[in-house]
Amino acid sequence: MSVPGITQTSQYLSFILDQETYALDITQVREVLDFTKITKVPRMPDFIKGVINLRGGVVPVVDLRLKFGMSQAEKTVDTCIIIIEINIQETQTLLGIMADSVQEVMDMEPDQIEPAPKIGTRLKTGFIKGMGKKNDEFIIILDSDKVFSTDELTIVQEVETNVGPVQA
Amino acid sequence: MSEENKLSEGYRQEAQELLVQVEESILDIEENPDDLEAVNRLFRAMHTIKGSGAMFGFDDIAAFTHHVESAMDKVREGLVPITKTLINLVLSSRDHIKLMLDSPDGIGPEKKKNGEAIIAALRELIPDDLPPKEEEMEFSVSPQPDEPKSNLLNTSYRIRFKPNENIFTTGMDPVLLLDELGGLGDCRISARTDNLPELDNFDPERLYVAWDITLTTTAGINAIKDVFIFVEDDCEISISVIQEHGSTELEGSLPKLGDILVDRGDITRKTITKALDRQKRIGEVLIEEGDVSKEKINSALKEQQALRTVQQSTASSSVRVPSDRLDQLINLVGELVITQASLTQVATDIDHPDLAGPVEDIQRLTGELRDNVLNIRMMPIGATFSKFRRLVRDLSSELGKEINLTTSGAETEMDKTILERLDDPLVHLIRNCIDHGIETADVREKNGKIAAGSIFLSAVHIGTNVMITIQDDGAGLNVENILKKAREKGLVSENDDLSDKEIFKLIFAPGFSTAQTVTSVSGRGVGMDVVKRTIDMLRGTIEVDSCPGKGTIITLKLPLTLAIINGLLVTIGQDFFVLPLMSVQECVEMDRKEKEKAKGRNILNVRGEIVPYIRLRDHFGINDTAADLEHMVIADVHSKRIGFVVDNVIGSHQTVIKTLGPLFTNINDISGATILGDGTVALILDTNVLLEKVDQRINY
Repeated sequence: MSVPGITQTSQYLSFILDQETYALDITQVREVLDFTKITKVPRMPDFIKGVINLRGGVVPVVDLRLKFGMSQAEKTVDTCIIIIEINIQETQTLLGIMADSVQEVMDMEPDQIEPAPKIGTRLKTGFIKGMGKKNDEFIIILDSDKVFSTDELTIVQEVETNVGPVQA
Repeated sequence: MSEENKLSEGYRQEAQELLVQVEESILDIEENPDDLEAVNRLFRAMHTIKGSGAMFGFDDIAAFTHHVESAMDKVREGLVPITKTLINLVLSSRDHIKLMLDSPDGIGPEKKKNGEAIIAALRELIPDDLPPKEEEMEFSVSPQPDEPKSNLLNTSYRIRFKPNENIFTTGMDPVLLLDELGGLGDCRISARTDNLPELDNFDPERLYVAWDITLTTTAGINAIKDVFIFVEDDCEISISVIQEHGSTELEGSLPKLGDILVDRGDITRKTITKALDRQKRIGEVLIEEGDVSKEKINSALKEQQALRTVQQSTASSSVRVPSDRLDQLINLVGELVITQASLTQVATDIDHPDLAGPVEDIQRLTGELRDNVLNIRMMPIGATFSKFRRLVRDLSSELGKEINLTTSGAETEMDKTILERLDDPLVHLIRNCIDHGIETADVREKNGKIAAGSIFLSAVHIGTNVMITIQDDGAGLNVENILKKAREKGLVSENDDLSDKEIFKLIFAPGFSTAQTVTSVSGRGVGMDVVKRTIDMLRGTIEVDSCPGKGTIITLKLPLTLAIINGLLVTIGQDFFVLPLMSVQECVEMDRKEKEKAKGRNILNVRGEIVPYIRLRDHFGINDTAADLEHMVIADVHSKRIGFVVDNVIGSHQTVIKTLGPLFTNINDISGATILGDGTVALILDTNVLLEKVDQRINY
């Protein structure tokens, strides 16, 4: 059974979060950086780690482990930041995603990808575009438009106002 | 954007600029009806709007403008006097053209009727079949002594027309231009063919011919220039007066042979100078002979000079660039500046003598590059000022007041974005001056003032800021009224003892308006707080000072540009923050003992003065332990002295501002971020919002 909307062979970038393999559509990935110093922005929810300097631009970084309710990881030499392009509130924006390590770029045929299971994963099924199968291993293909959708952002903002010390 | 769209977009922009010229010229004419140059400017602007309008398919605009143009032509020839009605008509036709430009899908039938009404009114004022004056003047030799250079004299011109070789590719046919010239009067044309190449090299799509034209006409030099109006930018055109028939002073004098020869290129300027050196100068000879007065020669020289400057000014052409391309350039330069800063850092660490020189050069060059690029966005504030002339004119006549607007510092330059956003607040402030500030003429006279009120608008550079003042000589702010109103609205309590300055500040409170009656002009009570907010957003300040019966001065202080901020770099824990230097007054040390003395209240005694403070560490929830010795940056926020407590003050820092992006829209006390020399990101704080937030926390 294939996933509606995935009809062509596409390339995916796979990465590891807490020993599980995730993947993003390569067309959304701009580059992969080594872990650099992150400047924390005060009073933002935990999973928004802060901002980094990307060749003179300021790019926010999200820790997907925290976003998906996993424990925070120690930084290793493999820790890196994947820069993706997403649409937030009608504007094309760059966003950094922290990953434990980046694996590879791989081709996947539409018939290699199955719809997300209703149960059995640690995250909302809405976040998952499909489950890719490669060498008997499942790869969770993320739907980045959903993970970082405006709805998810409103959650971000609600959290922010709840955490913020000031109530207007 | 398709090619066609691009063209019509280009036309639209050009026409908008021309309309600004139209407005300026007509207001100049209103002030000084003898200003022929303004009339000519007006005519030419209309002519271009019409001409290019027809070219780019804006037929309705061309048709409408045609009527206005022909009316202006009559004015130019002095057939129609300049009256208030005429000026009003021209202004409303300008508005109508603007309306047509702004509605690409065509305007509604109602608006169309409006346009027809304007044309009808123009027709009534200036009948099309007005007998042209030049016919009766043509054979008249009787000179007009006061106006030796009147357009109506029969004058011979030498026109040398050398079209660009590529003129055919632009779709222009020079023969048509020559025909048009022929229509103006007696026209002798001779072709210069010395540039014709050999047949082998001849490119039929190029034009090798130039023309010398001798034209005797009554139409005046402007009519001749108008013929060439669409080609003047890329063709060599020179128009000069050979002889003014009917001008007694020159009657009978010989045409200047030397000039003719040089102009015609038959001999070089060098040869003629040599010859002239041997001889006396033509002018001197003429003076000696008593044919021409010395003044005449001088004036001829001046005229030549004037023509030369006109030519030069058209030569320094401009390029229209979409502003997003500029933004991109500014971003790139910003990155370059940051990279350069880290390069300098690395070079200092390595400390190699060979490296020091080039690194220093790069530092200097990037600095210059940044300044230059930022300068591209700078625009003189004059264009904004001139918009207000119309506003003042229309509003004052609507309200039956007589008001003069004077401006100074129109050449002061500011970032385009700031200028654009400044429009609305300034309009509002000036409206307020006209509506509430300046009294009606009889009230003014009763109070011993001259009947006409005045508004003075000025802009000056002060350091990296621009100060704009709006000064009126009206009634001034009524302190009692403001206070009464503020108490009614519960903005201040009955017992509050406020200084005048604090009371003036109340007019910026939301929902505040002291006008007894609401007029169409202002007084809905939504204005001043919006003005204040806009100015805050531009990181500027606004101040009011007023003297009852004498007038009000409103002072705006704004940064030159939004792209760069002068900041004070501070640290809290591991993090860097930047406070806008514009509001910082001083920095003081604060040790633990003093903190304990305040017993948990956030106030500090600075040289006997109580200064409330915000501990940014607490405000931002930064949870590592503070050092014993902290620093307090005292800033002026809304004219209150507020301390911001930080760990360390590093120093002033000029930085390129980066926005944080849509993810952080809710964090409004951080206005942006900047990148330091070592690549670290520092956050820029908005002191106004910080104070507001803390105020709210105290109030609720």
